[in-house]
Amino acid sequence: MTLDTVKHAAETPAVDQPWKELGLKQDEYARIREILGRRPTGAELAMYSVMWSEHCSYKSSKVHLKQFGEKAPENDALLVGIGENAGVVDVGQGYAVTFKVESHNHPSYIEPYQGAATGVGGIVRDILAMGARPVAVMDPLRFGAADHPDTKRVLPGVVAGIGGYGNCLGLPNIGGEVVFDPCYQGNPLVNALCVGVMKHEDIHLAKASGTGNKVILYGARTGGDGIGGVSVLASETFDSTGPSRRPAVQVGDPFQEKLLIECTLEIFREDLVDGIQDLGGAGLSCATSELASAGSGGMRVELDTVPLRDATLSPEEILMSESQERMCAVVEPGKVDRFLEICEKWDVIATVIGEVTEGERLEIFWHGEQIVDVPPRTVAHEGPVYERPYARPEWQDALQADDAGALARPANADELREQILKLVASPNQASKAWITDQYDRFVQGNTVLAQPEDSGMVRVDEDSNLGVAVSTDGNGRYAKLDPYAGAQLALAESYRNVAASGAKPLAISNCLNFGSPEDPAVMWQFAEATRGLADGCLELGTPVTGGNVSLYNQTGETAIHPTPVVAVLGVIDDVNRRTPIAFAEEGQLIYLLGDTHEEFGGSAWSQVVHDHLGGLPPRVDLEREKLLADILISASRDGMIDAAHDLSDGGVVQAVVESCLRGGKGARLVVPDGLDAFTFLLSESAGRAIVAVPRSEELRFTDMCGARGLPVTRIGVIDGDSVEVQGEFDLPLSELRTAHEETVPGLLA
Amino acid sequence: MTARIGVVTFPGTLDDRDTQRAVRVAGAEAVPLWHRDKDLKQVDAVVLPGGFSYGDYLRAGAISRFSPVMETIIEQAKGGMPVLGICNGFQVLTETHLLPGAMLRNNHLHFVCRDQKLRVETDNTAWTADYSAGQEISVPLKNIDGRYVADERTLDMLEAEGRVAFRYLDVNPNGSLRDIAGISNAAGNVVGLMPHPEHAVEPLVGTGRTDGLGFFTSILKKLVNA
Repeated sequence: MTLDTVKHAAETPAVDQPWKELGLKQDEYARIREILGRRPTGAELAMYSVMWSEHCSYKSSKVHLKQFGEKAPENDALLVGIGENAGVVDVGQGYAVTFKVESHNHPSYIEPYQGAATGVGGIVRDILAMGARPVAVMDPLRFGAADHPDTKRVLPGVVAGIGGYGNCLGLPNIGGEVVFDPCYQGNPLVNALCVGVMKHEDIHLAKASGTGNKVILYGARTGGDGIGGVSVLASETFDSTGPSRRPAVQVGDPFQEKLLIECTLEIFREDLVDGIQDLGGAGLSCATSELASAGSGGMRVELDTVPLRDATLSPEEILMSESQERMCAVVEPGKVDRFLEICEKWDVIATVIGEVTEGERLEIFWHGEQIVDVPPRTVAHEGPVYERPYARPEWQDALQADDAGALARPANADELREQILKLVASPNQASKAWITDQYDRFVQGNTVLAQPEDSGMVRVDEDSNLGVAVSTDGNGRYAKLDPYAGAQLALAESYRNVAASGAKPLAISNCLNFGSPEDPAVMWQFAEATRGLADGCLELGTPVTGGNVSLYNQTGETAIHPTPVVAVLGVIDDVNRRTPIAFAEEGQLIYLLGDTHEEFGGSAWSQVVHDHLGGLPPRVDLEREKLLADILISASRDGMIDAAHDLSDGGVVQAVVESCLRGGKGARLVVPDGLDAFTFLLSESAGRAIVAVPRSEELRFTDMCGARGLPVTRIGVIDGDSVEVQGEFDLPLSELRTAHEETVPGLLA
Repeated sequence: MTARIGVVTFPGTLDDRDTQRAVRVAGAEAVPLWHRDKDLKQVDAVVLPGGFSYGDYLRAGAISRFSPVMETIIEQAKGGMPVLGICNGFQVLTETHLLPGAMLRNNHLHFVCRDQKLRVETDNTAWTADYSAGQEISVPLKNIDGRYVADERTLDMLEAEGRVAFRYLDVNPNGSLRDIAGISNAAGNVVGLMPHPEHAVEPLVGTGRTDGLGFFTSILKKLVNA
């Protein structure tokens, strides 16, 4: 086969090209021809096809995502915003923290272990590329029904993949979520978050500048895995026919990634790079075009110098390969030797593959013949943008009219007791220790809080005890009922979780998991959710620093619940002041903060007891969330509370049970005046938390809440070895523990 | 004066910085040692920390055992230098035959991370002198290849010579024979265990307990008083 050079392409305009097979639309292909003034070469077509995929170009979501910038609250803490590998936030004392959450949904369904493993690997490299040492990971996961046979195929593989990769990197896994719902049956959501820490002066950006600077590819050799991962896998819906797409999933080598981390950090310490980019989705196509596009000048790459695992790979395949554990750096000529020396020390292969050139073209050569000659911005940043039509689905009204408040409630105390026992044992409410115990949460020796706490918290500075906390939350059921409110509820819950741990929320990252953008109903959900999130972030004063969109999460015509997952990052000046969830001291008083209304739409109770989804989700009051957060943080700082737990799915009773089991102590509760036991225990009104207050602090604490206008209700005391609701029922901790802890291993072990 | 305790970094070692911190918390000086370097920089003792050296792709510890730094460590350990192997470090020590037996994949086949209760069976080693025999401690455990096995004769010998240093209590987390969590050599200078004492030296992080600090204070006292 002759090499499809630029020259050859110019001479043979009529050649049939496989643009359709590569996932491009006809008008997109036409636009490529227009940009280049000729047909693209095979290599150029490969690059455009992956870079213009939904996954890389955000072509359907871009017009909505703009709001995150336009509505961004004034915030001095934001050092690097949206658009880089990850956002960077100032946490004080000269430290900066970078964090981001990403999806690896489609690969994880096809090949659970490698899909999930490389999801961790990818997000870790994004964080590393910013100049930071990765210090923690978290994994928000969603699977089909817990008792569905395919969940037993997907979940153990995903968990083993996350553990197998993350544990081997030495990154503590400090939180995340595991949610089961039949809507994720054919589309599990495997999102991965990483947090990294650096000093302000260590921030690095993905750009190639300085004519004559060398482009160095380092890390693993390039193989044939993951070809078309972004265009074929992540940007289309699956159907049951068609060939296996397993080869489109990348294969991870965490040992190589660990070496890459240490090697890169040593390179940063010696200030050897001008620009740096990790290789993830779209591989070298992405790294070269993004680096060249963001910098000044062009780039020339000798593609045949790329070290290969498989010598038979074609130039197109090399450009599209998503082989893992690779990075690309731009290095001044005088620093190249030292760069290569450090790579050699860590047994990392490093190769100069090109250099920054004058002009504005990205030029790629194969054994001396030119196969790519493109303006890099057209590949990386000026891809297609779609104003997809969207419309509120006609079933939305009926769904919202199907009020969960009308569902049959427990007729007596015995029935209430039984339903609560069923709730705490339900897969979504049950302990996930069987899963999270397969992740190392202790490594690095800085873990202050980890699951099942409200947020994960790590110490950043050993001398000052400065720390950061992160929580991820999302509730697809709420978002299905009302995507605008659902996104804000996810934001509010995550924000509340961080504050409940004692940290001040600073910024957010998000992973927006939705169905096909070609369905106007899905697009409406997406538009509503992004609008809700952007409005919410503005009101809470927490900017979006970056994130990820995953579309096409649907099987046939059926989309998943719209599932915006929101990660909130917070800072705590002294981790000694962190607030755990455990009820540990008998005699301490339990207070409920916030207002409780009859709100059961999308609730855990409606799902577990009635298998129902309808009505409206809990009302959102972000002003109240801010006040609640302020109180929780002040109370933690001033030693007024010893435990706090946010209220979300499952309401008061779920939180009390978790706090009791965590601390090994019981609780006696009294139903407050004005509420019935059922609403008190199971409503999911937002903007609430429970706290444990030492008696000596009671007055000071309630005075503070009163003075600031936060409703505060004494609901009980930590006591005994059961959860007793006066006049209603008594549930021994041993019975609760069995119910709560045996479900997940029973289904999956 | 204080003691100099070397902490080895192999490619894929994860707990080296944690171990250096534990050494410092105990009051000793932590000296980083590099796997390619035969020179032990005149340290008084060595810790082989946890991790997945060389990815554990062949067999846990099997490749590290042949690294240049290990040549010197093996030689000096035979001469009496105290050596502690934690998790992957324990696996390396069995591969070198400084300690008998081997580690297999956990019986349940999963990675396990938990707060593990142990009984310190002997205070007669360089690394356990600050505990009392029979003392119960809790330290984090995290591994996938943690099932200690040896033939019956070896196990009987370890028991008879008082060389079972730690035993799992309450739960045997990986199927280790006779609940063995750690052992020592005959001289008591070389100790290996699967759980991670270096993760239990500060009240603020990890499990919130400091039960693991005794390993590092034991060795410090021994070296300083020597």
